[in-house]
Amino acid sequence: MNFPILSVISFIPIGTALILFMLPGDRKNLIRWVALAAAFACFSLSVLAYFSYDQDVGGYQFKEGPYPWVGALGISYHVGVDGMNLPLVLLTGVVIFTGVLISWGVDDRPREFFAFLFILATGVFGVFISLDLFQLFFFYEIAVFPMYLLIAIWGWKVTREYAAMKLTLYLFIGSVIALVGALAMYFTADMQTFDMIALQEAGFSTAFQRFWFPFVFFGFAVLGGIFPVHNWSPDGHVAAPTAVSMFHAGVLMKLGAFAALRVGIMLMPEGAKIWAPLILVLATVNVVYGALIAMVQRDFKYVIGFSSVSHMGLVMLGFATLNLKGLTGAGLQMFSHGVMTALFFAVVGMVYDRAHTREISKLGGFSKVMPLVAVAFIIGGLVSMGMPGFSGFIAEFPIFMGLWQRQPIVAIIAALGIVITASYIIRIIGRVFFGEIPKEFEGHISSINNFDRIALVLLAGILILIGVYPSVMAPLIESGANAVLALFGGA
Amino acid sequence: MAFANFESAHILLVLPEILLLGLAGLILLLDGVWREQQRRLLGWVSAGGSLLTLILAILFSRPEIGGDPILIFGGMLRHDWTGFTFKIVFLFAVAVTSMLSLDMEGLAKRGAYFALLLIAAFGMCLMAAASDLIILLLAIETTSIPLYILAGFLKADKKSTEAGIKYFLFGALSSAVMLYGFSLLFGFTGETNIYRLAAMVRVGEFSPWILLGTALLVLVGFGFKVSVVPFHFWSPDVYEGAPTPITAFISTASKAAGFAVLLRVMLVAFPTIEAYWTTLFAILAAATMTIGNLLAIPQKNIKRLLAYSSIAHAGYALIGLVALSSLGTASSVFYLLGYVVTNLAAFTIVIIFAQSAGSEQIADYAGLSRRAPGLALALMLALLSLAGMPPLVGFVAKFYVFAAAVQSGWIWLAIVGVLNAIIGLYYYMTILKVVYLYRSKDEQVSIDIPRATAVTLVFCTLAIIGIGTISGPWLNLAVEAAKALF
Repeated sequence: MNFPILSVISFIPIGTALILFMLPGDRKNLIRWVALAAAFACFSLSVLAYFSYDQDVGGYQFKEGPYPWVGALGISYHVGVDGMNLPLVLLTGVVIFTGVLISWGVDDRPREFFAFLFILATGVFGVFISLDLFQLFFFYEIAVFPMYLLIAIWGWKVTREYAAMKLTLYLFIGSVIALVGALAMYFTADMQTFDMIALQEAGFSTAFQRFWFPFVFFGFAVLGGIFPVHNWSPDGHVAAPTAVSMFHAGVLMKLGAFAALRVGIMLMPEGAKIWAPLILVLATVNVVYGALIAMVQRDFKYVIGFSSVSHMGLVMLGFATLNLKGLTGAGLQMFSHGVMTALFFAVVGMVYDRAHTREISKLGGFSKVMPLVAVAFIIGGLVSMGMPGFSGFIAEFPIFMGLWQRQPIVAIIAALGIVITASYIIRIIGRVFFGEIPKEFEGHISSINNFDRIALVLLAGILILIGVYPSVMAPLIESGANAVLALFGGA
Repeated sequence: MAFANFESAHILLVLPEILLLGLAGLILLLDGVWREQQRRLLGWVSAGGSLLTLILAILFSRPEIGGDPILIFGGMLRHDWTGFTFKIVFLFAVAVTSMLSLDMEGLAKRGAYFALLLIAAFGMCLMAAASDLIILLLAIETTSIPLYILAGFLKADKKSTEAGIKYFLFGALSSAVMLYGFSLLFGFTGETNIYRLAAMVRVGEFSPWILLGTALLVLVGFGFKVSVVPFHFWSPDVYEGAPTPITAFISTASKAAGFAVLLRVMLVAFPTIEAYWTTLFAILAAATMTIGNLLAIPQKNIKRLLAYSSIAHAGYALIGLVALSSLGTASSVFYLLGYVVTNLAAFTIVIIFAQSAGSEQIADYAGLSRRAPGLALALMLALLSLAGMPPLVGFVAKFYVFAAAVQSGWIWLAIVGVLNAIIGLYYYMTILKVVYLYRSKDEQVSIDIPRATAVTLVFCTLAIIGIGTISGPWLNLAVEAAKALF
């Protein structure tokens, strides 16, 4: 295919950001429409790319490059997608589109808001499609910084400065540590290239991999929210404005997990084998501990924030199994959790915008005034609990199968997380959406607008679609997982 | 490499120096001839003249690609890519500084001011090319003395006067120590040319400790110029007190000039004790980055903050030298290129803001993104580039120095470096927080941006993004410059 679809997808957002900066800041509606048009373009192109990927052929497709970028060091611009990252490109497309829809009400400097959001999106797309290690870092850092401004400026007044700084520093520390590891790989391979496909063949010694794997894997896994460096994430989620929470929990955490897989596990498979037990333990803590903390939260948004920590633990568990089922499940979970958590945060935002409180004990009866929102949240909740018929089941079931093959005891402990998840989700559904609506809200609660409706229906629709018809995604991700396992000598 | 005899063609190779000196003379002449009204054009003459010199230098005094470096004027100067690359940087910096001075009260109409600026740049060009201890010392003094005067140029301003005196005292002392080091080098080898001297060092069986001691004495002078810990004490006070365009000039061009001689002398003159001085420099680099960054955190005045940040940046650039490889030296040169462009942009914003709002306090930058969104954006780009964020030049520059460190096995230094980058990010972000987040009662007061300054700012900002995204050709230039030293 000659049309450089991946580059177009990833550069539309930054182009839009430039255009937005040139528009007069007070033409707020014009700015919103431009943003929406660009987001829709990204969304439709990522859908197009997703469905034109030829699964019979497999491997990296829509490849562009390698075009020399910094010749002296063998850095090139090289992009392509396979079964592992294509769903994530689609996910990003979905979340940027719905995120812009949800953000129609942003009234303080919308030009800067959307511009920073789009710069973030370029970074995310860029990482997912990178086949060059330098390029991956380049876009990774682009994705990290705009978060700071987005949270600090438009976030929740109480904690935004603290949360934004904490988040940025955590992520930056992780990424620079990973960078040192990546440089060590580059020089040890001594192949004068940052191309990851070439570096897969570098054959690093076991001693090298044992030493450097944790730098790279855990450096990126910070953004994936792995215990004990998950701490930035609930604070960040809660402080961020709705669209940014969606992007952040929905896409950015996958960025960390994906980079940990792509650079850590795929380039240093031996290291992954050595360190897998530790990852299993930490990720199990993520799942159970995250769920427990979510259960005792009083703030609606913190519940969802900690539930992300718990669910990302499942992704890490899937990685650590290093078998086909586990990796496929992890890939599916990345997509499924991304959409689900975007839906959750959208709902939280809609409730908060109307109630001006997120304290669960003060809310109630919202299904009467916002039925669609309630239905959407229930769908998300069912996904979160791993109910059959929803995407969560399709994703979590293989992870647990893979875990059972690898280490049954871990599977049993991690399964506790699902029980706890069910308890906090049901509690929220009961407290927030049913029961009597508190007097202070009566008559004050307006319905949601059509932009919000489209976003909710789209997100919920995807969750159900994958649940009832997993073939739209599972075989694709399985092919990607197979490609990863091929690096382990076809295990 | 050949010791060429004098040929008239060599005149062309020192064209930038000749033109700068001529320009300084022309400005003094015009200053005497022109009336008060016309004198505001002096800055334009200086800026235009140095830009023209820049173009002529690229056209006529560029070394051949792949050609051998030659020693000219009896071995006093060396015509190579190292010198050439740095000269381009100095000419660019002096042009920008002249532009920035155009609207400054007390500077703009003073011929002496621009003449001294150009003479300092002349001295820097000689520093970058000097290959003999004698011309090196002269070049350093030719650079330093005008800068002492310029730092204290605002006689009515106590802080400026203090800056001038302080700069002079520290500078004179460190020059004296450095000169003692030079004299020892001459005493040991009987040579003043650093290339001949290096050959003598190689054959003579000197104790490494004696050589290291000599290197340390020399380092005092160079360390002062580049403000490496522990020779950095002058810089915050001087940066704060000096007229802001001069601060910009000292923090960029003067620092780069210091690095030019540091790279050349260390790499060339001390071949036998490399293992010693690289360890020493690794420690210095780590200390410089850490102390510079930590002390930047509590600063309330933006010029002081940038002073400490510039100390830290000297530390990052030193990493490349420690790596002691072609990539390492190239990364140092590239780092300086990026740093000069970025810091000039940052100081341009400081000048614009100070002229309009009359303040250099970080707290007064509150609400800037509402007062002047474009200026706020430019400040964000400059600070993020200093912090090392892509797609800006600071990111690739840091990437290259850390790469060089890892390549040469300085893993601990690379890790200290990346951790320092995080401290840096922290305090740059606190400024951005003030700019973007905080409200101020002056939000409705717009900020007046003079056209010349605006052009400079736009150019520097585009360069920050441009060199950051397409760094290949610039890295190649730096690699050429590095090759000339190995």
